Amino acid sequence: MAGLTEYLDMGGYARYVWPAYIIVIAAIALNIFLARRALKRARAAAVRRLAIKGDS
Amino acid sequence: MAWTWFHKLGSPPYVYKLAATLTPWLAWIAAALIAYGLIGGLVISPADYQQGEGYRIVYVHAPTAWMSLQVYMVMAVASAVALIWRIKVAHAVAACCGIMGATFTACALATGSLWGGPMWGTYWEWDPRIIFELVLLFQFLGYVGLRSAIDDTQRADRICALLAIVGVVNIPIIHFSVEWWNSLHQTASVMKLGKPTMPLDMLFPLLSMFLGYAALFGALLLTRLRAELLSRERSATWIREVLHA
Repeated sequence: MAGLTEYLDMGGYARYVWPAYIIVIAAIALNIFLARRALKRARAAAVRRLAIKGDS
Repeated sequence: MAWTWFHKLGSPPYVYKLAATLTPWLAWIAAALIAYGLIGGLVISPADYQQGEGYRIVYVHAPTAWMSLQVYMVMAVASAVALIWRIKVAHAVAACCGIMGATFTACALATGSLWGGPMWGTYWEWDPRIIFELVLLFQFLGYVGLRSAIDDTQRADRICALLAIVGVVNIPIIHFSVEWWNSLHQTASVMKLGKPTMPLDMLFPLLSMFLGYAALFGALLLTRLRAELLSRERSATWIREVLHA
């Protein structure tokens, strides 16, 4: 337990090191989410367009 | 004959299918490399003899900063290819880069600030490399803003392509700023000719992060590119084929 606390403390640099990692991981997660959402929306829009074309 | 592959890359259905095939491979490669980079950077590599554990920020700072330049180069080269050879797919590639480049650049500035706090004694310094990296962030944001402000896609493509090509002058300035001017930043220790000045147990996780970020960017770019092609090629017959595949 003491070892884990010491590790998380990062030699006194915890308040710099961990926020840096959190920012980057959050940014990566956001980019993955936005890219997948863009594709999902574009596919849904294309399917709708094809359905309208098929009806007309 | 030798240029067949290049001509194929101008075909939206070919690129769409290629992107769909490559994306999961790139995503898994990125996940593996970044996972090794994170474990290596946070656990395996030893503390720095001067900066102690604080230097571990390098494993997220340096790759994001490097990627911010690479993403801009991809955007500028795609823009140039699109203007010179009038390839619509290249315009779509450039259009996908803006928001990702802005994210990498913002991350580079934020993590650099967090590193500068304890090491330089300040979160912000008007250092040449930081200034021009901030300019790069404005370039990406300006590109995204300009593109979204123009309704006509073809007009937006042409104007944004010119903006991206003109702005490429900032990339060598950022890269060489540490050599041209007095800077708080150190000169290159990994991306340089000859032997890197980092010990190998620190270097391998860092290289893994560099490659992992590049693969991640590839996967994200191809995902966004598929969305962009579906939106642009509204009336194309190939869309029915790929959606029902």
